[in-house]
Amino acid sequence: MSLTSAHSVVAPSAVSKRIAGTIIVLYALISIVPLLWIFATSFKTPPDSIAYPPKILFQPSLEGYCNLFSTRTRQTPEYINALGPATGVCDETVRKRNMVIAGPSNFMPRFVNSLIIAFGSTFCAVFLGTLSAYGFSRFKVPLADDLLFFILSTRMMPPIAVAIPIYLMYRELGLSDTALGMILLYTAVNVSLAVWLLKGFIDEIPREYEEAAMIDGYTRLQAFWRTVLPQATTGIAATAIFCLIFAWNEYAFAALLTSGSAQTAPPFIPTIIGEGGQDWPAVAAGTTIFLVPILVFTILLRKQLLRGITFGAVRK
Amino acid sequence: MTEAGLTMLNRTADGVARATPEPLARKVRGISDTGLAWLFISPTIMLLLAINIFPLFWAIYLSFTNYRANRPNEVVRNVGLANYKRILGDQDIWIAMQTTAHFVFWTILLQTLIGFTLAWLIDRKFRGHAFWTTIILVPMMLSPAVVGNFWRFLYEPQIGLFAYAISFVTGIPATQIGMLSNVSLAPWSIVIVDTWMWTPYVMLICLAGLRSIPEYIYEAAEVDRASNWRQFWSITLPMALPFIMLAVLFRGIENFKMFDMVNLLTGGGPGSTTEVASITLKRQAFESWRTGYSSAFAIILFVAVFGLANIYVKALNKVKQR
Repeated sequence: MSLTSAHSVVAPSAVSKRIAGTIIVLYALISIVPLLWIFATSFKTPPDSIAYPPKILFQPSLEGYCNLFSTRTRQTPEYINALGPATGVCDETVRKRNMVIAGPSNFMPRFVNSLIIAFGSTFCAVFLGTLSAYGFSRFKVPLADDLLFFILSTRMMPPIAVAIPIYLMYRELGLSDTALGMILLYTAVNVSLAVWLLKGFIDEIPREYEEAAMIDGYTRLQAFWRTVLPQATTGIAATAIFCLIFAWNEYAFAALLTSGSAQTAPPFIPTIIGEGGQDWPAVAAGTTIFLVPILVFTILLRKQLLRGITFGAVRK
Repeated sequence: MTEAGLTMLNRTADGVARATPEPLARKVRGISDTGLAWLFISPTIMLLLAINIFPLFWAIYLSFTNYRANRPNEVVRNVGLANYKRILGDQDIWIAMQTTAHFVFWTILLQTLIGFTLAWLIDRKFRGHAFWTTIILVPMMLSPAVVGNFWRFLYEPQIGLFAYAISFVTGIPATQIGMLSNVSLAPWSIVIVDTWMWTPYVMLICLAGLRSIPEYIYEAAEVDRASNWRQFWSITLPMALPFIMLAVLFRGIENFKMFDMVNLLTGGGPGSTTEVASITLKRQAFESWRTGYSSAFAIILFVAVFGLANIYVKALNKVKQR
């Protein structure tokens, strides 16, 4: 961002700065409350989570996390007393509710699915995107503008509209509810973003470097590999993170095209229920674990954020 | 220039000194540039053709049939334009379009107003502005589905934090604030969550717009003794306008397609008060299994987004050229 932004010969007065600062800080604090509430709820017990008035101070508990990772069955107090000493924090917490842990829940496998699908599709999208972006950036491709627009326009379709024929196609090909099917789909969605972003990044690398390398005896491919790629690493990394965030957060395709073995975390988390309704501490725990990686990425990406969210239309 | 850059320059000098007849040398070394270009671009195009364009054509074909995906063995009949005619005469579809319009209009209006104001305030560069900007940006990076799902909890009439806060401020009993169950409040419940999530997006783009305005224009205005008010309306706003319009374009397309957050927050309910177009599409396609009918609706939606976006981009380019 540019260095000059005090929009008057006289810089903003101290008073106006203070007022602006106060409003922004207030907005930031209010807008972050829902997220803090998710975090707080994940450490509440189910009765505390539905107390009225909502509890701001409470005794922290790991029950939400225990419930998230386990399935439980109700037992009689006699049965529980007859068991040996509790084997861990979760065991102890669960027994207080007259229950015993029956086994692991589906959360871990769903989380792992999310990881595999997000990383797999990101790798493919960035790989294809880098090649195409280099092609569009350096060579005279006939109808380049039309092709680029075509690539972008695939992004304008409502996901449900795409999902109908994809659902039928995957059913025919046996790709329904498979990680491979989801990786292919997310790659196709993300590649448009990757091409547009990376073209911008590669356009900024002076052609002279490759030309010099080629005069020096490198082939075009070697020049691409040895001079362009190393200089595009920041751009590639930023693009990868944007693709990763999209694939990680995606819900519509995942909800419609996966149901079991390839289901990702977003369609799974809302289905976490306890006895008598939604188990909010467990949902909050799942949500917290799911959101933390994105928080980290957002902080890493802060400087490239603008470029990423506008498909490279706004650079600095 | 970096060290690598300097070495590169030296190499260039060496290379030129050697003075190879270049085009010939390149041919000998392997694939031509055109070949390489296609080699690099075609995988992407092939993937998009397979996963986006082929299904699109399939959907166009299905939209002229009575196909139902839950009865794959039934004979598929060509019904011509019957699906399209029925959609245009379907009361429910028009109600869904109105719901979508309400959602898109209010979210964009609120996000633009609040987002621009925030950007304008942040541009004052008070102490700590970078930190607070990052905090404000967080909601838009999160999964709309997962966060939308959690908002159901915040909206709960008695135990939810939102209802509690509203009753705390207004004095209305918290039990009466059923954001998701009240027919007149539900359409606003999705507007509020979307505005909460995406105002930072508009803010970030507006901020880039404000920072792109060159200082000297303000200096000139100051020399001409233009008031701050006048400077805002004649310099700040017009010069930031292309950026604001870009943000509106992106949000407009996204919210027209809106599915995930609304599906988890209200599921289209109560009744069909928050049933935006994508929810109707999902209900028709994956609950009623009217595949042909819903394909026709999908095509209409796609053409609408595409057409509106194109008209809008033309307008945007005009504003930019001014």
